[in-house]
Amino acid sequence: MSNPAKRRSVLGWLGAALAAVLLAGALPAGAHDEHGDHKVIAKGDKCVEDAAYMRRNHMKLLKHQRDETMHKGIRTTQYSLKNCIECHANPKTGSVASSKEDFCMGCHTYAAVKLDCFECHSTKPKAAGGTLHPIVAPSVQPEGTDKQSSLSGKMRWQMQANLASLNGGEGVK
Amino acid sequence: MSKMDNSRRLFIGAGAAATAGLVIAPGVTLLDLAHARPADEAASSAKRWGMLIDSSKCATGCNDCVAACGKENGVASTGHPETDPQWIRKVELKEIKTGTSHSLPMMCQHCAEPPCVDVCPTGASFKRADGIVLVDRHICIGCRYCMMACPYKARSFVHEEHEDQNPDVPRGKGCVESCTLCVHRIDRDQQPACVESCKEGAMLFGDLNDPNSEISKRIATYATTQVRADLGLNTGVRYQGI
Repeated sequence: MSNPAKRRSVLGWLGAALAAVLLAGALPAGAHDEHGDHKVIAKGDKCVEDAAYMRRNHMKLLKHQRDETMHKGIRTTQYSLKNCIECHANPKTGSVASSKEDFCMGCHTYAAVKLDCFECHSTKPKAAGGTLHPIVAPSVQPEGTDKQSSLSGKMRWQMQANLASLNGGEGVK
Repeated sequence: MSKMDNSRRLFIGAGAAATAGLVIAPGVTLLDLAHARPADEAASSAKRWGMLIDSSKCATGCNDCVAACGKENGVASTGHPETDPQWIRKVELKEIKTGTSHSLPMMCQHCAEPPCVDVCPTGASFKRADGIVLVDRHICIGCRYCMMACPYKARSFVHEEHEDQNPDVPRGKGCVESCTLCVHRIDRDQQPACVESCKEGAMLFGDLNDPNSEISKRIATYATTQVRADLGLNTGVRYQGI
């Protein structure tokens, strides 16, 4: 038990659990989280995945989709950059990356992570009045489902966090 | 009741005939009946997209295909004509002795054996399963070997920063680019922008692998040419009348 590698992994778990609890506190439709009010989510009540999952993994989803589209011509919309921009473009600027308030730049400026997607890709949706992804479109969702789903997401995160902290507790003893 | 059903069936039949019947003349259809590929299905080598250009119909001085390409793909002049990207250009051919002249559009020939793919050091230049030769800008380092290798001078380097791209056609400084055969439109079962814009009907787009497609029938019937056929590249773009 005094193995330092093991202790490090335990600390890692605790860190992850803490992050999970913090992230679970942020509602997907809210324009602010624990880091403050720094981005605009323009349309829809729900992202294609949990907000917490998207924060960690959006780059993986986008990179996978990018190769599928470029090399195989697979043009599903769920994880496509175009579809992200469709919902997240700031109504004021019409863009996801033209100002620090815009969706992508909000976090990327805060985290000081440079992104070069928009040196080639358009930061704006194709035309005004674009359609939302079916699973995001409020009209498709029955009333109340969105809140429920985000609540269930929260509960799932909390459960995982609790489990992680339990394991961590055992490990420390 | 049965009579009503029957009449409805007849009506539907007539509608289908009208849809299928966008026929200009026997054997010349306005639209190939589309076989939509679902968005989640990868492009397959069962198809090979190609184009047949009839230079006898191509009008000297007409620039519609070039303009349509520029509009669709956002390829516009940056004020530096020496380095402006060029996806498609009009070429005038003149036989010196007789004075006969021809006009034709020249662009990426979408070779089956593309030299640009052979020389690319990063794998950015590639041929999609359905025969479309593309540049993956995520991998392209802008070395321009492919521009040297292409016998058709079809590729351009982007020297200037770009803004307000068509969301379907990402473009930016530092990469090589060329005609994509409007791959984003093909994946939606549309024709390339240049083909759609040609009022003379000089450009025909279709599947070279399908013996029943209009383009295959024309190639089987008329004498067609591959530019620099001596190089054995098996181009996807063929010409008629040169």
